[in-house]
Amino acid sequence: MDKKKLQIALYWGAACGGCDVSVLDTNEFILDIAAACDIHMWPIAHDGKYKDIEALEDGFLDLAMYNGAVRNSENEHIAHLLRKKSKVMVAYGSCAHIGGIPGLANTFTREEIFESAYLKNPSIQEGNKTVPQPQTEVDGGELTIPAFYKRVYKLDDVVDVDYYIPGCPPAPEQCKAVLSLIVSGQPLPPKGSVVGASERALCEDCQRKKDEKMIKQFFRPWQIIQDPEKCLLEQGIVCAGSATRSGCGVRCPDSNMPCRGCYGPMPNVVDQGAKIISSVSSIIDSQDPEEIDKILSGIHDITGYAYRFGMAGSLLQRSVR
Amino acid sequence: MGFEPRIVGFLCNWCSYTGADLAGTSRIKYQPNVSIIRVMCSARIDPTFVLKALSMGADGVVICGCHPVDCHYISGNYKAMRRFPLLKKLLKEFGVEDERVRLEWVSASEGQRFSEVINDMTDKIRALGPSKIRVQLDADKVER
Repeated sequence: MDKKKLQIALYWGAACGGCDVSVLDTNEFILDIAAACDIHMWPIAHDGKYKDIEALEDGFLDLAMYNGAVRNSENEHIAHLLRKKSKVMVAYGSCAHIGGIPGLANTFTREEIFESAYLKNPSIQEGNKTVPQPQTEVDGGELTIPAFYKRVYKLDDVVDVDYYIPGCPPAPEQCKAVLSLIVSGQPLPPKGSVVGASERALCEDCQRKKDEKMIKQFFRPWQIIQDPEKCLLEQGIVCAGSATRSGCGVRCPDSNMPCRGCYGPMPNVVDQGAKIISSVSSIIDSQDPEEIDKILSGIHDITGYAYRFGMAGSLLQRSVR
Repeated sequence: MGFEPRIVGFLCNWCSYTGADLAGTSRIKYQPNVSIIRVMCSARIDPTFVLKALSMGADGVVICGCHPVDCHYISGNYKAMRRFPLLKKLLKEFGVEDERVRLEWVSASEGQRFSEVINDMTDKIRALGPSKIRVQLDADKVER
C-alpha cells in the first residue's frame, strides 16, 4: 500500500447501484483514479470487506463516498464505520443527499411495506405469514439480519457529512471534476457545500425557448406530441427544472423528458417540493377556482412530482400516521 | 387543561391584516389561538412557509388574503388561489387533515368575518386534536 496515494472507499446503502456505476462511467479516467488512489471498498467493482475497513486506523481513509439512503441498520452501521475511518465523508448521489427514490417509501409505514411485499403480493403464496425479523431462533442458535427502519433517512440524518454531490446518478463529468480536485490537493470548499453542481436553476442552462408560461391543461409526456424547441412547462408537461439545481448537463430536457429534480433544491432553498408546487401552479391560466381544480386534476401524484428525490430531505419528511 | 391549538395565520397587509385590526378595534372577541404573521400579499405565501409551520409544531395554518378582484397588487390573490389547491393536494397525500390548512378571503371591513374564521378553525382543530407532525419528526430522531 502506497501511503502517498489517496486512500478512498465507496459504499452503497439503500441504492440501486447506479451511483457506483456512475464512477465507472468516467470511462478511461477510471485508470487515473486507480493510479492516484488506493480503493479499499467499492461494492460494484472491488472486493473490499467490512472487516478490512474495520481493521483500518481511525481517520485512515482520505475520502469516503457514500451513496444510497439509510433504510436499515446495516446502512447506518457502515455509515458510522466509514465516518470514523475517513477524513472526508461525501454524500454521493440523490439518495445520500436528500433521500432519493427510496425516500418515497416514507409515504408508507413499515407495516404497509411489509404487507405489500411479503403478505398481500400477487406473487406470494396465499396464507404466507413470513415477514423478515431482525432475530430468528433456529436449531443451533440465533440468526440475525439488519433491522428494517420505520422510515428512510438521508445520510446526514445519521452521520456528519462534509460534502454533497447531487444527482441520480451524478453526471460522470461532475464526478470526474470533484475527484480531480481532491487528487490535485487544492484547497477544498467549505464544509457542507454541495459540490459537482451549479449554483443556478436548471432552466438557466436549458436551451429550450422560453416565453410566457400560461397553460390550460397538464399533460403527461406520452399524452402529447411535444415541440422539441419549446419549454416543457409551456406545453403543460410538469418539469421540475425551475426549482432544481443545475449541473447535470440538462440531460433530461435535452432528451425530451421533463426534469425530475434529482439535483435537489437550489442554494438556500429549504424545501424543493414546495418550490415545485409554487412554480407549477403559477403557470395555470385561470382565475376561476373550479377551472383551476379542473386543470390541476391533470396532475396525478403531486407527491411524486414534488418529492421524487427529496422526500427524506423535505420539511415534512414523511407522511403523518 | 385540555388541548389548545396553535394556529399560524399569514395575513395580507392590505385587506386581512386590516380586517383583523378592525376586529380588535371593534372589540370583537375571538379565540386567542392564532399567531398572526403579516405579509405584504397572500401571493407572498410560499408553500414552504406552510410546511415549515407544520413541521415546527403548528396545529393549523390559515392564509388570509383580499377577496378575488380586490388585490392591492391586482393579481396577487389569484396566485395564492392557484397555489393553494396543489398544496392541499400534497398535504392530503401526506395525511395532513383537511381542517388544518385553510385559505380564506377577508377584506379590511370584515372584522366580524375574521373572528368567525378564527373561531371556526380553532373549534375544528380543537376537536381534531394536536398535529402529530412535529411529534413524529422528533421521535424519528430517537427511534429508527
